[in-house]
Formats: sequence, structure tokens, C-alpha cells
Amino acid sequence: MTLHAELRRFILENYLLTRDDASLGNADSLTGRGILDSTGALELVMHLEERYGVTVQDEELHPDNLDSIDRIAAFIERKRCP
Amino acid sequence: MCGIAGALLVEGEAALPDPARMIATLRHRGPDGTGCFRSPTCVLANARLSIIDLETGDQPLANEDESVWTVLNGEIFNYLELRAELKALGHRFRTRSDTEVIVHAYEEYGDRFVERLSGQFAIALWDGRRQRLLLARDPVGIRPLFYTRTAGQLLFASEVKAILAVAPQAASLDEQGLAQVFTFWGTVGERTVFKGIRSLPPGHRLIVEKGAQRLEGYWDWTFPQGPGRTDLSLDEAAEALHALLRDVVRQQLRADVPVGAYLSGGLDSSGIAALARESVGTLQTFSITFEDPEFDESAYQRQMADYLGVRHCALRCTAEDIGNVFPDLIRHTETPVLRTAPAPLMLLARHVQSQGFKVVLTGEGADEVFGGYELFKEGKIRRFWARQPQSPWRPLLFSRLYPYLERSPVANRHFARLFFGQRLGELDSPFYAHLTRWSTTRGIFKLLSPELLASLSSAAPEEELLRQLPADFPAWSELARDQYIEVKTLLEGYLLSSQGDRVSMAHSVEGRVPYLDRRVIEFANALGPRYKLRGLREKVLLRRSLRQVLPDAILRRVKQPYRAPDSRCFFPGGRPLPYVEALMSPSTVRRSGYFRPEAVERLLEKCRSGRALGAGDNMAFVGVLSTLLLQEQFFGGRAAQAPVSA
Repeated sequence: MTLHAELRRFILENYLLTRDDASLGNADSLTGRGILDSTGALELVMHLEERYGVTVQDEELHPDNLDSIDRIAAFIERKRCP
Repeated sequence: MCGIAGALLVEGEAALPDPARMIATLRHRGPDGTGCFRSPTCVLANARLSIIDLETGDQPLANEDESVWTVLNGEIFNYLELRAELKALGHRFRTRSDTEVIVHAYEEYGDRFVERLSGQFAIALWDGRRQRLLLARDPVGIRPLFYTRTAGQLLFASEVKAILAVAPQAASLDEQGLAQVFTFWGTVGERTVFKGIRSLPPGHRLIVEKGAQRLEGYWDWTFPQGPGRTDLSLDEAAEALHALLRDVVRQQLRADVPVGAYLSGGLDSSGIAALARESVGTLQTFSITFEDPEFDESAYQRQMADYLGVRHCALRCTAEDIGNVFPDLIRHTETPVLRTAPAPLMLLARHVQSQGFKVVLTGEGADEVFGGYELFKEGKIRRFWARQPQSPWRPLLFSRLYPYLERSPVANRHFARLFFGQRLGELDSPFYAHLTRWSTTRGIFKLLSPELLASLSSAAPEEELLRQLPADFPAWSELARDQYIEVKTLLEGYLLSSQGDRVSMAHSVEGRVPYLDRRVIEFANALGPRYKLRGLREKVLLRRSLRQVLPDAILRRVKQPYRAPDSRCFFPGGRPLPYVEALMSPSTVRRSGYFRPEAVERLLEKCRSGRALGAGDNMAFVGVLSTLLLQEQFFGGRAAQAPVSA
């Protein structure tokens, strides 16, 4: 499963409580769609750290890194291959 | 304080139901006795909790020639003054009860007698001579009253279960009502979650005569157009408010049984307890404590109890207690809830009853009347930011909000900016301050089944509320508008019902709410916003007015709203409670038709594993569980057959 697909599945199942792929686009804003807020972001970070072995610094807790599937995937790639 | 019920023949010749059957379901509200009035066209019933005139105050009560009969749930606090006034006008009284003033006041002043009452009440009055029924509810909606039209009859009662006892066919879910709960936390106006069963709105009376019914509003929260009254200095206003509160508390201590007080340790309840302590020799106070320090306020409660020199009694409430009592809670609330917070209050009422008390004063209402909620500050900051949306500094003010939340929406400033920036430009919306909260709450919609979702419009709750706004609403101050919306949604729809009347009366305890006395509300509403929210300091006037009676530590305390642990209460040892597992199983959820089984399954697992961190997931879990409980208890017809356990 690709990184995008994995992330999509996590967000669909955990935030939208569904597996319906059509309900979220890769570029959709997670905050704009009401999917992610501060506490939701914490939950996402816990998952990224556990699943991908990365450490997210406080200053990286920013919508630029976490507000869509595309952005999260790019962020993880950067963290893995700095 | 009591439970009331009754029926009126509106058309046709069908036999009226036996009022004893209706009132039997409300004995938890009035365990001290029941009474019925029966005529061919109208029946009334009362289950009495005797508080005033223990010897001769049994209901129903009539006027001199027994042509007018009434039942009352609640208290008329100015009954002594009204009684003197009516006696001077020639009326003869048989009892010393507050209920009897109703029939004489009706004779004297007609339907407008309701406007002369100072109190918390739901009234049914039958005028046999004119063959007309009048139902009335107090201005703020402290006491409930429901009614429905079915088979040529009008049925009414303090709780829906009394109506269902004689009309079980009325038990079906009102989908729009559910959508309102999943947006505002409660239903608004006349709507309930039972299709066809209406709530008589606060400040209204319903008159049914010759087959026609007329709903009349006689009081509502109103605010000045423009800035409001600004002629008083803060000290002058505080002095006037102090005198007013002292008088209201004195009047609300009227009872022929001991009156206690709830003491949360915050400003509001401490103020009421302090004022009550001035009027009575000894005062018994009650509070809830929690194991979890995020919710526990016991240190402040002890400090205040010591300061006042009251007898204090604290009830320790565990997460397990909440989980176990929750099904019984929903039997009493008769509506889904989104938080478990009413459960500890129901347990506290049980404890208060076990200590021999029937009446407690509470601090409810101060946040609405005096501008205490974080939501009002949120609205203020959002409006301030919206004037300069590019400002990097203005949204930093959000970091001052919600200091009591362990996992706060302001924990991360970048996300806070996005979260509170939603619909930032919609300054013309009458619901501006509430938009973010409602958006979070409405997250529950994602669990709804496609069938239910198809029958709902997510905009419908707001549209229905919009239709109920007063004509001059747009001319009020921003804070006044936010206060009004808060009152019409959270206060009327949830705090006074699911977290107020229904949980205390579940164990025959009457809560009295001095801050919601009409005189207090009218005094505060006439004042401009600067007496309430100054900068980001809340309840400025109330704080100042209580300076003489409270210690500095309480006066300066950062507000901590009453809350209780949520979804984790239902998973002791990491496993769902048996009833939770059964109700939320895919097959039961599918049968209910309200929710998507796979979504409920995922939410259950998320909560079970402790991964549900935010308010949204917790509200969704409690909302789904309580809806399924409601269905099991009411829409399956069981509640209509068995009286509620007290």
C-alpha cells in the first residue's frame, strides 16, 4: 500500500469513520473539512510517530505539514529522507 | 414541586384517559401523594412533593365555588404578597399553599395572571364554567411541560412518559429534533425528539377553548437596542445587583422544609450559598468531587465551605458510577445527550434526597445572565480578528481561552487559527459566536445512516432557530445576541432540562435558580456589555457585587465550568460495559436505522482503545449511545408500560 493510501485509510477510518474513498481527496484541507482540529492533530501525530518512526517537533505541528493527505505524505517523506 | 398531567376533550366524545395512569409514571417527581380532578371534558392530576403548606396543600386545588381547578409543578415565590393582595380584594383561601393563589389570581386578572407570578412553574388550569384549559410555563423554562393532540384530545404532562402511558402510539423519533440535539445540544422552541409531542416554550401560555388552541408568549429575554444602560458606575450597579440578589435569595428560601445549596467551588454557586447563609442560621451544602483532577474542584469547595461555616457534604463520583447510571439518566432526560455531565448531578440528587433534603439552591444561569462563558470571549475575539483578518497578532488572543481543558482547541496556535478562523467573514450571521461550536458538534452527522441523513438538511436546525428570533434581535449588542442564542439553545434545551429539572426531580429534589429570577435577568439585560465582559474578563459586575460576601480566592478564580469524564466511563478495564456492547453491536445499530453500523463500530473501538482524544469523538459516542438508549426505552414502548424507578 502506498504512503498516500495508508494515510488516506487512517484518516477515513479514524476521523470520518468510513472506508468510502470518495469522501476525501488527497488535496482536501482537513481543517477546512472540519476533520482535524488541535486535538485531532495530536492524534494524527501520535499515529505518524508510531507508524513511521518519525519524531514530530512542536514547531512542525503546523497545517503546512498536516492539513491534507498530500501535505502529510510530503512531510513524512522529508522526515524520512532529510 | 411536583409532577402534573392531564387531558382535555377537544372534539368528539372519546372517553378521557384515567389521569391516575398518567401520574403514576411521575411519582419520582412527587412521592408524597397524588390527587386527581375528573370532569367529563377535562382531567387533571398531580404527584406532590410537599414543600410549602405540608398539611393542606394537596392538589388539585380549586377556587371558592370549585369552578376553577389547577395543578402546579413548581413554586410561586411571591405567593405571600399575591395572597395578601387577593385577600384584600375579597378572595377566600382554604389553604396556605402557593398553588391556591393561582386560581384566585386567574379569577381576578384573567389569563394575564401568569405575568404576576414570580417563580418557576408549569401550570394547568381548568375553568369549568367557560370550558377552557390554560397551560403556562415560567418565563425561563425551569419547569417542563409537554403536550400533544391525539384522537380528539389534548394530553399534557411534566414528562413525555406520562403522555406515552396513555398514548403509546406517540412514541416515534422526530428526526429534526435529533438533528437539533446533534447541533445545539438540545431542541429549540416547541420541538422535542418525540414526533408530534411539543414542549410548551418558556414564557408562553396555551389556551384551549371551544376546539381552538392559542399559543401566546408573555415574556422573553430582551435586550436594549444599541449600547444599553451606561448611567451607573460599576460600583453603583454592583450595589444594586447585590441588594436584588439578596432579596431574590431571601424569597427563594421560602419553604416549610429545610433548603440546602449546591456548592461547586466556583463564583456562581459560592455567591448563592453566601447569600443564603446570611438569611439562615445553618446551611447544608452539597457538592460532587471527581478522582480526575481535570474535573475535580474539591479544594475550592472545602475552602468555600470553611469560609462560610456551612455543613458541607461531598459526593465522590467515579467514572464507573457514571457508566452504570447512564441508562437510568436517559430514561429521565427523555432526549439524547452529548455529555455525561448530567449523570453525576443525578447521583448528587439521590444523595441529597437520602440526606432528607427536598430543595437546593443552585448557581445555574449566572453565565448566561452575566456573560460568563468562554464562547462569548471566543465571539469577541473572532469579531476583533475579522476586522483585520491579516493580522498575525489578533488570533493569538485565542490562547487565552479554555484554560481548563486538558486537550484544548487552542493548544496549538496554528491549528487554533484555522479552527477559529472558520466562517470568519460571516459577521452578519446571527449565530456568529456559535458557528465553530456547532460545526464541531455536527461532526456526529458523519455517523448518521444514509436514510436518516437523506431526510435531514444540515442547515435545518439553524433555519428553525432563525425563524424564532425576535424582530429587534439585529439591533442588540453583539454580546446580547450571543447571550440570547446561548439561552435559546444550551440553557433552555439542555442545562435547565437534561442537566437541571430532569436529573434533580429524578430523585425528588427541587433545584431553585436565583440568577434566573426574572428581576435579575431584566436588571442585567438592561445594562451594556461593559458590565459583563470587560476585555476578556468575564462576569465583571457579578464578581464586583459578590465582593462583600466571598473571599478573594473565589472572586479571582479562573472559571472552570462543570464537566465530567466522558467516553472512558463506559469502558472499565478497557472493555465496554455489557449494555454498551449490546446496544452498539452492528446488528442493533442496523435495526435502529439511525446510524451507520460500521461507523459506530469504529467509534466504539476508538473510544475503547483510548484514542478518542477530542471533544468531537466524545460527544459523538455519548450522543450515539444515548440515542440508542432512548430508542430502547421509549420507542420500543417499554417506558409506556413501567413507571420510572426513582
